[in-house]
Amino acid sequence: MTSRAFDNARVWRLGADVDTDALAPGAYMKHGLEVIGWHCLEAVRSDFASGVREGDVIVAGANFGIGSSREQAAGVLRHLGLAAVIAPSYSGLYFRNAFNLGLLLLTCPEADKIEEGERMGVTFEGDTPLVIRANGQRLACAPIPEFLMDMVDAGGLLPLLKQRKPA
Amino acid sequence: MMTSPSRPQTLAQKLIARAAGRSHVAVGEVVTCHVDLAMFHDSSGPRRLKPMLDELGAEIWDKNKVVLVLDHYVPAQDADAKQIVQIARDTAKQWQLPHVIDSEGICHVVLPERGHLKPGMFCVGGDSHSPTGGAFGCYMFGIGATEMLGVCVTGQIWVQVPRTLRMHWSGRLQHGVSAKDMMLHMVGRFGMNGGQYQAVEFAGPAVRALSMAERMTLSNMSAEMGAQAGLIAADETTLQHLRGIGVAPEHLAGAEQWFTDEEAECEQQDFDASTLSPQVAAPHSPANTRDVSEFADVVPNIAYIGACTGAKLEDLRAAASVLKGQRVAAGVQLMVAPASAREQAHATQEGVMQTLLDAGATVLPNSCGACAGYGATFPEGSTVISTTARNFKGRMGPASVNVYLASPFTVAASALRGRISDAREVLA
Repeated sequence: MTSRAFDNARVWRLGADVDTDALAPGAYMKHGLEVIGWHCLEAVRSDFASGVREGDVIVAGANFGIGSSREQAAGVLRHLGLAAVIAPSYSGLYFRNAFNLGLLLLTCPEADKIEEGERMGVTFEGDTPLVIRANGQRLACAPIPEFLMDMVDAGGLLPLLKQRKPA
Repeated sequence: MMTSPSRPQTLAQKLIARAAGRSHVAVGEVVTCHVDLAMFHDSSGPRRLKPMLDELGAEIWDKNKVVLVLDHYVPAQDADAKQIVQIARDTAKQWQLPHVIDSEGICHVVLPERGHLKPGMFCVGGDSHSPTGGAFGCYMFGIGATEMLGVCVTGQIWVQVPRTLRMHWSGRLQHGVSAKDMMLHMVGRFGMNGGQYQAVEFAGPAVRALSMAERMTLSNMSAEMGAQAGLIAADETTLQHLRGIGVAPEHLAGAEQWFTDEEAECEQQDFDASTLSPQVAAPHSPANTRDVSEFADVVPNIAYIGACTGAKLEDLRAAASVLKGQRVAAGVQLMVAPASAREQAHATQEGVMQTLLDAGATVLPNSCGACAGYGATFPEGSTVISTTARNFKGRMGPASVNVYLASPFTVAASALRGRISDAREVLA
């Protein structure tokens, strides 16, 4: 379990209802994740794409990832090196896509307490993730079923299918 | 024992239980289902699936159960789009896919049009508006390309058995008010994630009175409510429609079992269709909905009738009934992108297309077009009234574009008067 934990992650705060068009704008959907990454979130947070670094986290309001089934909206965050997204709720379709691509989503009812720029960590107690804030405050998140964590550990469904492929 | 076959179940439970090979499933449990049909398109399909399948050295589990639709990047607008379309066509040949629908319309409309959807089926689609299939009594939902890879390899997918949010509509819609208004009203009331990825079921006399095309509009925009599926029980309207498009009777046997049992546990919401006014969703959210009368000072320069949500034959008829014998107001550009070639051919036969052309319409290809935002979109600063499903900032053009969502009646009336208008006044 410890391999899933991380600390000292820098927080990017976003509002509620971040949609898939903001994460992966349609005009760039014909390109790969690198190009989509340059434009990720440009409609809602123009400093994100140029400023994001490996190991950062997004902390957002409710309903993160509403809209399209385009999984590039989840893939682009892995491509940019995000360690996790933390929000009170997600679009169900986005939730499935994220785990299928190995992106960790934490459902945290108290995500709104986490502040922009803060350094935070995540630890696991069994299948229950806990956010550890810079001030030591611990915020409980919804448990994540083991079969979804397996995908995070493997880096997504494709590597998992490869591992499980009969030789 | 919780597996008694006589235990009351929702339509969603019945459909999932059948696909999971069980007599009963309980809300909240995670089950693995056999997929009866998987649909994907030029964007979510071959260009993403082929490299992954090749990497795995795997093949599609059952080609007969797969439908490929080319609708997002056709007609190709540039070299990149052309390449994506070419990949889809080449892959379809290489895989010898028996069901390919190329540039003949939008996936959610052509799939049922070709008789692929029958009550009782469990289906997935590589597109978020896949809940449209729920109008035919199928459990159908959207998934991403990687999850579609899983389906293509195994023929299976997991679901958590959803609760059922039952939207019960009594009364009868007024002339000039439509399923789109019902849906905008519900999305406005419950929000874009109000469906909580559960199953929404549309029921009641006002729903039963709707045609299949209108039911498809309800199920389609279940996506905007954040539901996994948007179901409507199969009834005589469903069966008559399916027989009419040539679905063989043996494929419809047992269709009457696909409904929610009287005693099954649902969370019911009640609505009265008789008092519903036309609805408009202001920029930049489908949940930003109010009565049409509150938008009388909005002056659109583009009126767009398009998409799987709003350009089926019945939608085109609705627009034509408002515009008949008249021309759109000066300063308004009317664009019509019929949802499928067949729907357009019917509309041509009926004189509906001529009415729209006479009103000043520009007719666009049978594809996702501006709605997907992948190719041709609206110019900087446009104010658009549109029959589509989403008005997110930056989706259908630059961030300066303001899109108002409404029914085909309302879009036509607004084009006619040059400001957002109530079609009931024109039709009266």
